[in-house]
Amino acid sequence: MTDLVNLWVYLSGSPLLWLTATLTAYVVAEAISAACKRHPLANPVLIAVVLVSGLLLASGTPYPAYFAGAQFVHFLLGPATVALAVPLVRHLPQVRRALVPMLVALAAGSFTAIASAVLLARAFGLDRAAMLALAPKSSTAAIAMGIAEKTGGDPALTAVLVVLTGISGAIIVTPLMNALRLKNYAARGFAAGLASHGIGTARAFQVSPLAGTFAGIALGLNGLLTALLVPVLLRWLVD
Amino acid sequence: MLAALASLLLCQLAGEAIVRAATLPVPGPVVGMMLLFLLMLLRAPLPKETGDTAEELLKHLSLLFVPAGVGVVQNISLLGDTGLRLLAVVVLGTVIALTVTALTFAGVARLMRIDDAAPNDDAMR
Repeated sequence: MTDLVNLWVYLSGSPLLWLTATLTAYVVAEAISAACKRHPLANPVLIAVVLVSGLLLASGTPYPAYFAGAQFVHFLLGPATVALAVPLVRHLPQVRRALVPMLVALAAGSFTAIASAVLLARAFGLDRAAMLALAPKSSTAAIAMGIAEKTGGDPALTAVLVVLTGISGAIIVTPLMNALRLKNYAARGFAAGLASHGIGTARAFQVSPLAGTFAGIALGLNGLLTALLVPVLLRWLVD
Repeated sequence: MLAALASLLLCQLAGEAIVRAATLPVPGPVVGMMLLFLLMLLRAPLPKETGDTAEELLKHLSLLFVPAGVGVVQNISLLGDTGLRLLAVVVLGTVIALTVTALTFAGVARLMRIDDAAPNDDAMR
């Protein structure tokens, strides 16, 4: 028994354990997602997060200790963002042809994402702090937290809402688009990236490289536009 | 693969440097993506497996959000007793944003008679 405790003390002090746990949980989540024929409810991010959170809870591991290992995975978000240039170049003819629909949808979508969050929050009787944290929820976490900081919202709450938005969008997008009978996969991907940033983009790449490409563009453009629009819309909708 | 990974990291590093130097309100990796995009358009001599490495990385984009997702579960108490209402706003707001964005895109594309893109047109590349 003491041997086991010693082993645990040793392993829990090194990044190896939680890096391995993160990768293994994802491999399992991927297998479940594939076994469910990529059903949107079997979202690999959601499954892996539930698995890892269960392990952390069962072992009483605090998040900083987990992140010491998981940071290597988290770090790859940077190079992955750079990598989005590749599908963009490979699909450049389609992207160029869809330039006008893209820009119109960007303006309409970005405005709607912010305004709907603020107005729904008011309809549900939520306070001003909640509105400030919700407004940038569709942009990518780094940008959303920066916006919240500037408008006086709570960046930590914003980060939680951003990730929840990403997972919701990744789950909802396929059944919603099918219900709308929308077969334009550029439009579907663009909506996924705009409304639910990187996690929506990951879902779009699961569906098709073309949808993923347009999701990546929407993710980038909406990050910029949300940063510009939120301060203006908040003054108009909240104050 | 290593050379390709190095070129992705170099673009990110250059992006971070530009953002710091010019105090841009954009994350460094986004500028790095623009740099790689320009380099590819200009047919700069990149490692030839850069494309495949990038696509392999993007295939597993979901994995990269797991640490942040676990952080959310740990911080779920931030939602407080308004948690259910916040979640309702997130879900409904996302449905509205998805619908408006996709219908606007598809509607304008139809008005301009841009062919609806098929789900898998990768035969074209």
